[in-house]
Amino acid sequence: MIRIWIKYGIMFVSLVLLQVLILNFIQFSGYINPYMYVLFILLLPISTPRYFVVILGFILGLVIDIFSNTVGMHASATTFMAFARPIVIELISSREMDKSDYPGLNQYGFQWFLYYSAILVFLHHIFFFYVEAFTFVNFIHTFIRSILSSVFSIFIIVLSQYLVFRE
Amino acid sequence: MRSLFRFLAKNHVLLLFLVLEIFSLVLIFNYNNFQRVRYFNTSNRITGSIYNSFNRVVNYFKLSTINEELAVENSRLKSELEIMGQNTTSVISNIHPNDSLEGKFIYRSALIINNSVNKQYNYFTLNKGSNDGIRPDQGIISEEGIVGIVSNVSEKYSTGISLLNRRMLVSGKLKKNNFFGSVSWDGLNYRYVMLSDIPSHAEVAVGDSVVTRGSSTYFPEGILIGTVESVEIKQGENFYTIQVKLAVDFKSITYVEVVENSEKDEIIMIENLTEDDQDLD
Repeated sequence: MIRIWIKYGIMFVSLVLLQVLILNFIQFSGYINPYMYVLFILLLPISTPRYFVVILGFILGLVIDIFSNTVGMHASATTFMAFARPIVIELISSREMDKSDYPGLNQYGFQWFLYYSAILVFLHHIFFFYVEAFTFVNFIHTFIRSILSSVFSIFIIVLSQYLVFRE
Repeated sequence: MRSLFRFLAKNHVLLLFLVLEIFSLVLIFNYNNFQRVRYFNTSNRITGSIYNSFNRVVNYFKLSTINEELAVENSRLKSELEIMGQNTTSVISNIHPNDSLEGKFIYRSALIINNSVNKQYNYFTLNKGSNDGIRPDQGIISEEGIVGIVSNVSEKYSTGISLLNRRMLVSGKLKKNNFFGSVSWDGLNYRYVMLSDIPSHAEVAVGDSVVTRGSSTYFPEGILIGTVESVEIKQGENFYTIQVKLAVDFKSITYVEVVENSEKDEIIMIENLTEDDQDLD
């Protein structure tokens, strides 16, 4: 039990630092900003109580907010994503699957993981970019920004599964 | 009552979600009122020091570019000094003894340790704070032009509102004929801002310089904002829509200067007095 806490604690800190020190500075033409830190919510054990996922989502978002001067924006988007997570898992999992508690790429296969991360990352990014813009005036512009950033985030999230989180 | 509890127990996740969601939306809405809560931004001690130490490593690799910039600025200042030196007598004779021309603006150099250009509300963090004399509402400029305004200050760090922030409004004018308007960012491209409120009878051409007006107490007059990139007038409107290409490349700024207006309190006091007078009429 303690091992799991330590493991997720380290994952939390390293994902936050990776996000605020490196990924926040990847800004292609002012359009793309990948938000990889949501991987923490994606990789929480499936048996985690739902209320706990939501609370963790809120805390994670608020920490990112404090680092990037966007008070409340990441917090609201990540809370939303954490709330949607169990629903998405239910939607895309078939009953015959033997369920591992750890929703990793190796445990569930490439296709499942791609669906899982793509849907949740899209939800998170679209929510975030519209909350940030707080208007539908530049609807298309905001939409393009969220789609481009989502694709990039999904790409590095899937890639990270091959490079770092192999266990 | 019992059914209420049962309802709460059944939907506790949804309720928790809604509460947290509303809480974060309240945070977003009240951002402007959160000047007091300085722990929610990068000027606080923990985030500031993390950015500062990381920046020390990153800046090591930028040293050659920074050196080059400083050398260019140095030579420019030297040549300006030369010109000033030739004209000292004529300048001095024109100054009234009570005019404190020097010392109205105090400049302090600072280093940007965290910056962004791709959000709708961009902020940056400086490595100096109240210990170095930095206060909220001081202007920030760089060698190329204006950068932003200080918003939050802690002892060692401060955050600034970037010109690339939709909450930011700066008053600017056309250098050649002094027509003034307001400069704001539309959130689309980090290289361009919009200059509005220039009346249609003013002469505007592509390439004209847009500078600060000096009417606010943030910036000295005549600091470069950018150059006119395109001019447009919509049918039936009396004002131009002018796109201005920023002089500062916000992606690559490192060293900036924080401008303190030493007469600011006096100016604000007098302006308030005038406003009170108008209220009486």
